[in-house]
Amino acid sequence: MSIAPTPSGPPALELRHVEKAFGAVIALRSGSLALRKNSIHALVGENGAGKSTLVKIIAGLYQRDAGDFLLEGESVDFKSTAESKAAGIAVIYQEPTLFPDLSVTENIFMGRQPTNRFGRIDRKAMRAEAVGLFQRLGVRIDPDRPAEGLSIADQQIIEIAKAISLDASVLVMDEPTAALSGVEVDRLFAVARSLRDEGRALLFISHRFDEVFDLCDTITVMRDGDYISTDPIADSTVDEIVRRMVGRDVTDLFPKQDAVIGEPVLEVRGLNSAGVFHDISFDLRAGEILGLAGLVGAGRSEVVRAVFGVDPYQSGSVTINGRRVPPNSPTAAMNLGLALVPEDRRKQGLVLESSVARNTTMAIRRSLSKAGLLTSGAENAAARVWDARLEVKTNALDTEAGTLSGGNQQKVVLAKWLATNPKVLIIDEPTRGIDVGTKAEVHRLLSELAGQGMAILMISSELPEVLGMADRVLVMREGRITAELSRDDATAETVMSAATRTAATTHAEERAS
Amino acid sequence: MTTLTQTSPPQTPRSGSAVGRALGHFIRARETGILLAVLLVIVVTTVKNPSFVFSSDGWRDLLLTPSILVLVAVGQAMVIITRSVDLSVGSVLGLTAYLTGRLFIDIPGIPMIVVFLAGIVFGGLLGLINGALVAFAKVPALVITLGTLYAYRGINVVWAGSNRINASDMPKDFLALGTGQFLSIPLLTIIALVVLIAAGWYMKNTRGGREFYAIGSDPAAAGLYGLRVVRRLLIAFVASGALAGLAGVLYAARYGTVNSQAGSGWELDAVGAAVIGGVAIFGGSGTVWGAAIGAVLLLTINRALPILGVPDFWQRAVVGALIIGAIVLDRVLSLRQSKRLLEAREDSK
Ligand SMILES: Nc1ncnc2c1ncn2[C@@H]1O[C@H](COP(=O)(O)OP(=O)(O)OP(=O)(O)O)[C@@H](O)[C@H]1O
Ligand SMILES: [Mg+2]
Repeated sequence: MSIAPTPSGPPALELRHVEKAFGAVIALRSGSLALRKNSIHALVGENGAGKSTLVKIIAGLYQRDAGDFLLEGESVDFKSTAESKAAGIAVIYQEPTLFPDLSVTENIFMGRQPTNRFGRIDRKAMRAEAVGLFQRLGVRIDPDRPAEGLSIADQQIIEIAKAISLDASVLVMDEPTAALSGVEVDRLFAVARSLRDEGRALLFISHRFDEVFDLCDTITVMRDGDYISTDPIADSTVDEIVRRMVGRDVTDLFPKQDAVIGEPVLEVRGLNSAGVFHDISFDLRAGEILGLAGLVGAGRSEVVRAVFGVDPYQSGSVTINGRRVPPNSPTAAMNLGLALVPEDRRKQGLVLESSVARNTTMAIRRSLSKAGLLTSGAENAAARVWDARLEVKTNALDTEAGTLSGGNQQKVVLAKWLATNPKVLIIDEPTRGIDVGTKAEVHRLLSELAGQGMAILMISSELPEVLGMADRVLVMREGRITAELSRDDATAETVMSAATRTAATTHAEERAS
Repeated sequence: MTTLTQTSPPQTPRSGSAVGRALGHFIRARETGILLAVLLVIVVTTVKNPSFVFSSDGWRDLLLTPSILVLVAVGQAMVIITRSVDLSVGSVLGLTAYLTGRLFIDIPGIPMIVVFLAGIVFGGLLGLINGALVAFAKVPALVITLGTLYAYRGINVVWAGSNRINASDMPKDFLALGTGQFLSIPLLTIIALVVLIAAGWYMKNTRGGREFYAIGSDPAAAGLYGLRVVRRLLIAFVASGALAGLAGVLYAARYGTVNSQAGSGWELDAVGAAVIGGVAIFGGSGTVWGAAIGAVLLLTINRALPILGVPDFWQRAVVGALIIGAIVLDRVLSLRQSKRLLEAREDSK
């Protein structure tokens, strides 16, 4: 019995010089990867480097144009996802792919539900298995509710549950943690490690280096569709990896400049929405970056959606420079100078079938048009400025937004809202799924905008981002604000404890302080 | 670090006895509403004219009239649930009805069972053509089946010409099927019920059935799941065709006369029945039960309106209003549901 992985045997899964083009776009020039049993392998690269394309080839969703694909040393050609599944490969895709009308349980087991002798689905057994999976992942999701309306984090967790339940020998995870916060990530990692110890091969894609270094043992770097290097994690440093990914040095990830903090611009008072959030009051000042921290599901996104007028609220008020923002009217909020970059960008921020330029200028079309006419010249010029600033990687501005890589889609949505030049920018997870180079760029941009007097409310589940960028931090838990911390007081410990303490003690402490 | 998310066990749905839960489920079900509408129509009409139910003919017609449409609507629902639509069912029904008559004329003494099988298989083949065109040509089903609606009808016209099948061309036993009863329930109704129960069971309880819903709910996700989308689509269209074929045979038995226009317009009744019965036109939700009850409502209203003194030309308008009403109702319900789900998600944290 071999205990350590045997480097001499064939890898569990191997890709050699795999190529893939979509029309004129070359997504993969030469992708190579070797996954071994008992190992968690990291795959990193900039947005658009070709990671997801590689994953989809492994999944059988795309067929490679050239190169070798070996499973346990045997050459394979998957023509469909069903074939790769049957060969023991489970894949968590970057974008959750659930059936909104079906229950959470059915979503996990679709196509392979447990059945009795007569082919009748054994709903009880299926449900029990789902409950077991959620227990293993340490989450509470009602297994009977439909998938429709689940938060991205919950959708992601269902994807994970689905993949784990497949009992596959190769598990591929394309940015599974992008929507998750610390606690859920820890849980996922515990499960991933136990799968590794059972002798499976895992592939983990992430833009968060702390996670990569925490979880993985080997790391492969890609750039522009090419394989760059593979090394043991123990021999690698973040700086070195980043340099290989980006092709240059990324010096400062949190370039927070000190800004002059002015008068309150946005005032939120006593906002309530039954069952969602309670008694939310805060001020946001000009030039300030206010971080909104908390666990996923604490109600942060819901609060900002209500502030912006997308979701209703029962009581309370929102004002900008003393002028009341009417509830339920995003248009009015926009006219008053509010912008919201939503959490679910793919669904709420992009028109996937439209061009990149059209998407970028969507929110400023009226100001771009002359006498009611919008020329594509004006549209492209405006789009070019912002897309260049955010380094959107695309062949042409008339590319369909839906074909961009996940991270590049995010950038387009960001560009769209920054182009409106708002007084108050609310941004939900500004750098989710965005690579290091651009992350630093987004941070620099936010900091610069604040320096020019823009008031910024930033929701982030990434602690370093909150701590590195915010002038002040609000922490939410279970729909309430449980702490307000100045930049100096905000540390990983203070934020996390405010995000997780039980309700009773928090209130007592709040009163006391 | 222990946190909230892990301390309590997964949320279970509100407790209560199994019976209570089943009852609650029944009350909330979309199908219940239409069932109540059917009962209301029957009660109101019966008050006006008791023979609507309380006469042997009234009772028989009440059950018999919708039976054939129920079959077609069940097939239609299966197709719509997979996010397609089959507009050719009326033409398929017409063709198989004519085929039925021809078989009895051209092959004297042909056993009834063979005729039934021939109708079902022929309908299934026509459905297969639809399915294959939709699945492989990647043209929307609406366009494809609109095309086959005309094509199949055209074949029927060429084949039948001005000929007509008459009751005298078909055996007595066969015609007796169309109006016969068992324990005062029409045989056609029994056939429709058996098919309905089987289809309902299949759609609810088997992997295959659930895949129809998955594909209709999000076809792209179905591909990623590795579901055999093409196969499911073919099965749905074959089922719809075969049921329309069976309906064609029964049509011949029930009405005794078949010309080249038999069944024209039935596709709209079938789609209408499904929509009224709560089958979402964009797929993914609804049940064959709902579609069946929708068919009953549609045809019962058609018969009730004259009794209630509603002028002829208003009757189509009423049906139209019903369909629009059903779609609006579904939209409102689904908005409410989304909202409720959003709140439930916060509550469960
Ligand atoms: N279906 C498609 N059609 C056209 N181009 C595509 C398609 N899929 C991917 N591409 C292009 O291929 C390139 C690689 O994309 P891919 O999604 O693999 O990147 P990625 O490494 O996963 O990036 P990210 O970190 O942003 O998720 C991108 O330039 C993208 O625009
Ligand atoms: Mg990707």
